[in-house]
Amino acid sequence: MNAQPITEADLQAWVDAALPEARRGEVEGYLAAQPEEAERVRAYLEQKQALKSLFDPVLDEPLPENLSALASPPAAAIERPPKPLLERWSLQRIAAGIVVALVSGLAGWMVHDRYPSAESLARTSPLPRQAAVAHAVFSPDVRRPVEVSAENEDQLVAWLSKRLGTPVRPPKLGALGFELIGGRLLPGNSGPVAQFMYQDATGQRLTLYVSTENANNQDTAFRFAKEGQVNVFYWIDGKFGYALSAGIDKGKLARVATAVYDQIERK
Amino acid sequence: MDSRAILAEIPRLRRYARAMLGDRAAADDLVQDTLERAWARLYQWRAGSDMRAWLFGIMHNLRVDQLRRPRLSTQSIDEDGFDVPTRPTQTDELEVRDIESALNHLPDEQREVLLLVALEEMSYADIAAMLGIPIGTVMSRLSRGRERLRLIMNGEQASARLRVVR
Repeated sequence: MNAQPITEADLQAWVDAALPEARRGEVEGYLAAQPEEAERVRAYLEQKQALKSLFDPVLDEPLPENLSALASPPAAAIERPPKPLLERWSLQRIAAGIVVALVSGLAGWMVHDRYPSAESLARTSPLPRQAAVAHAVFSPDVRRPVEVSAENEDQLVAWLSKRLGTPVRPPKLGALGFELIGGRLLPGNSGPVAQFMYQDATGQRLTLYVSTENANNQDTAFRFAKEGQVNVFYWIDGKFGYALSAGIDKGKLARVATAVYDQIERK
Repeated sequence: MDSRAILAEIPRLRRYARAMLGDRAAADDLVQDTLERAWARLYQWRAGSDMRAWLFGIMHNLRVDQLRRPRLSTQSIDEDGFDVPTRPTQTDELEVRDIESALNHLPDEQREVLLLVALEEMSYADIAAMLGIPIGTVMSRLSRGRERLRLIMNGEQASARLRVVR
């Protein structure tokens, strides 16, 4: 354990004071014996300092009006409406809503009752349950968890895209420690749905369930559901429904779900 | 997401954009686009998560979109950094000594990581998560970027595109 060679990454981390104490000592011992290397990392430290002193003054510049104005929501900005979670609303908007409701003789509340909100639609969505069941059925399968393995990713993508009738592509989750194992086709309510399976170094599995059956066209933000041991994050985007399921804790799954969301929405 | 929290992040977004783009107006335009997109995609924001990382992620994605648009392949010729496309500067023909113009001669991907580390003091893992790349790639971009910057500063022209005007 003591004679780990000093790597380039150690030297960079030394510059950024990101090494554990013991390792820092070892790196410093190495640098003491290697004057050229010491010179090099000293130059990196100076760069860092120089960059800070060059650009830090920007922090104190007065904000142009167009930027400070954007600290509040712009008038016509909110692109899509999957929002009516109360917690997302600012106090002003809630207050304004109450005023409107009072003034119009509680008309606002009647409207609210008559039309189901996106939230209640989502709550009745079968998506998280179906995804959790599919996860529970296939993820423990040791010998054949997927129909087409990630080794043939191109074929997998082509096949699932063809069967679903729309391009689908598994997101890359390597940065979060999950590698694609493969995927399979499953029956949905009225047609095929896709399931992609991932696994981390400890064997923990995670599945992404992609359905194209959402007909009511109600987008939603992230939602969380728990089915037995399986945690599920899901969201609906146009005709697509996505659900990410795993037996890992909610916070960790949320990070993966965010990465999946970003990759899919960026496409 | 409340206004004060956003307001507090704007100076950092400006600093990073200025360092990335060099040009003040272009940098502020990027910050403006970032904030507009953030508001438009508010539903992606999860209360209690790191707003700074979220905003920087949006800014990164916007830049990737912008870079992709005009050219066909701007991706990942960076990693070896010989005659890579860098953003245009007026000082291309001059000997580069100061750190600001030296910075301009780094490939985008290296400059990005280097600045997130130097200015934002983000951890390697956070940068990897934000950019959606493995941590090893973060480290190699950082290491190459720093070394390249050092060589340029030392007047050992690392880039074939640099020439000394006589």
